[in-house]
Amino acid sequence: MIKKIILMLTLSTGILQAQNIKLKGSDTVLPLAQKEAESYKKAGKGSVSVTGGGSGVGIAALMDGSTDIAASSRKMKMDEKMKLQEAGKKIKEVIIAQDALSVIVHPANKISKLTREQLEGIFTGKIKNWKELGGENLNIVVYSRESSSGTYEFFKEHVLNKKNFANSVLSMPATGAIVQSVSQTKGAIGYIGIAYDNNSVKQLSVSYNQGKSYVEPTVQNAMNSTYPIVRPLYLYYVVSSEKTVKPFIDFILSSGGQAIVKSTGYIPVKK
Amino acid sequence: MNKLFKNLQVGILAFSSLVTTITVLLIVIFLFSEGLSFFNKKPIEPGFIIAVHPDNPITFINPTECKRIFDQDITDWKEVTGHAQPITLVTLEDIGNNYSEEQMGAEMEYLDTCYNHFIQGDKGVIAMIPERNFTNKIKANKLKLDKNSIASFVQGKEWFPTAKPIAQFGAFPLLVGTFLVSLGAILLALPLGLACAIFMSEITSVRIRSYMKPVVELLAGIPSVVYGFFGLVIIVPLIQKVFHLDVGETALAGSIILGIMALPTIITISEDALQNVPKSMREAAYALGATKWQTILTVLIPYARSGITTAAILGIGRAIGETMAVLMVTGNAANTTLNILKPVRTIPATIAAELGEAPNGGIHFQSLFALACILFLITMSINLYVNFISRKKA
Repeated sequence: MIKKIILMLTLSTGILQAQNIKLKGSDTVLPLAQKEAESYKKAGKGSVSVTGGGSGVGIAALMDGSTDIAASSRKMKMDEKMKLQEAGKKIKEVIIAQDALSVIVHPANKISKLTREQLEGIFTGKIKNWKELGGENLNIVVYSRESSSGTYEFFKEHVLNKKNFANSVLSMPATGAIVQSVSQTKGAIGYIGIAYDNNSVKQLSVSYNQGKSYVEPTVQNAMNSTYPIVRPLYLYYVVSSEKTVKPFIDFILSSGGQAIVKSTGYIPVKK
Repeated sequence: MNKLFKNLQVGILAFSSLVTTITVLLIVIFLFSEGLSFFNKKPIEPGFIIAVHPDNPITFINPTECKRIFDQDITDWKEVTGHAQPITLVTLEDIGNNYSEEQMGAEMEYLDTCYNHFIQGDKGVIAMIPERNFTNKIKANKLKLDKNSIASFVQGKEWFPTAKPIAQFGAFPLLVGTFLVSLGAILLALPLGLACAIFMSEITSVRIRSYMKPVVELLAGIPSVVYGFFGLVIIVPLIQKVFHLDVGETALAGSIILGIMALPTIITISEDALQNVPKSMREAAYALGATKWQTILTVLIPYARSGITTAAILGIGRAIGETMAVLMVTGNAANTTLNILKPVRTIPATIAAELGEAPNGGIHFQSLFALACILFLITMSINLYVNFISRKKA
């Protein structure tokens, strides 16, 4: 019995030693990072342990040194940057993929396109009924992500022109819940990462030039940058640990790594 | 040898209870030290100040006005007792976008010059500036701000913990939401649970009871996320259809789910209370010619009253602290409403949803701990009340 325990202990410490790179952070980046880590290991280059928790958690872990790489679905905030600077850590930023956000409505909704200004009106609570937008007489039910998620922050900055969401907005803990709720609520509108798209909801075309032209949210349109609501996904690391983490980051940016980006439903940064 | 063994046993027991007590105390101390530190701070990102152009007569700003300014609801200084002058917003990000890395300096040592340049160019400026870069090179008036107070925290009606530059920490809608959902849950669960307990204890045969009891207890073993999922997929669309609502994620959905979750607590405790009624009481009632129904109503329930109250209060306690199921079905909109057919946001759901992404040690992080303190005080007073009631009985 005791021998077994000792054996297990040595085995587990062995595993811990083999995990030479730690990656922590955004739940949006999580599925991608896991896939990348798997094939990185398969290629025999070493192993990466991947944990989620959120962009803020990842960056906080980078500050206290409990992770080597922080994954983030938003750009590092200036105050986070300053805190790291005060701690004497120089940070490097790498964009590993892009994520397009699409605006979704119930499939029975007649509306199929909206301008950015209309979206801002809807999400800040100025527009309350679909008939104001030429749809049927139906109250608009707005679904959003939680206020601390990177997706929320990005949507607020790039679609709502930095204005706050309305008080009455329903906030959902996960993207999957938004899809579920929008699919069963007639007047619903929400926003999701393009990778989560399915047939139970309808995606809207969006215009960023006051309605002169509308663009459909497809991977194609996001790649040739005609679709406007696209956000980069970041990895951050401390310059002093560049030696350990660089091989993995190079692997993600290689053509093989970028193929994984595409197959996970995100948009590659290098074509 | 035997004595040594006995001493060892006592030692182990004493040690485990000591460890448990210390752990609980440590958790409480940690909770309150984080939560109370929220009240010593200003509701602005730590290390930042807000300043305006030196010619601007405004010297003080409250969080609500500040949010409306940065939401561009207020676009002119004359709306907040200033001169007529359109407002221009300046954040660190704007400086980052308007000036090159060289202009800001590698260590951001020239940030103050950039800020000053921006502020002097526009009389309507309101700027968010890092405190350590607010040097005398920046010619601007720093605005005064109130600290977070317990009163403003509990009475505030807006919950925007990530609003910039001044966050809105108003826990009032969250408190109302928590109470609304819990009250609804107990109103649904208490009659149902009590009826079930009476049926199991007084009416049905021992055989059926022996089947029912494990089933009821099974309810307690289902993970809350499963309840939440059930609620989201079944109850939410049902409520939407029955009441012809725009949206089914409501306080009522939360109440129904929590009611179901509180049932096992209510049933088992009140059933125990009914079982504990001495046989002599029952027999005395029958001897006086009371029917079964009269016995239950006039003898058993009054006798078991304290047990039933305990069951109800513990049920409420379960409902107030429940997180995951509520997070999934109540819609989480921070509305202040007493309408059970509107979406609400509860305290536990807020903590669970926001803690993961809130920067560690920041003001948002601490505000969630302050919420947790409120929750702790509520459940602790509930438990003390239960103690009080059961002691009164004895």
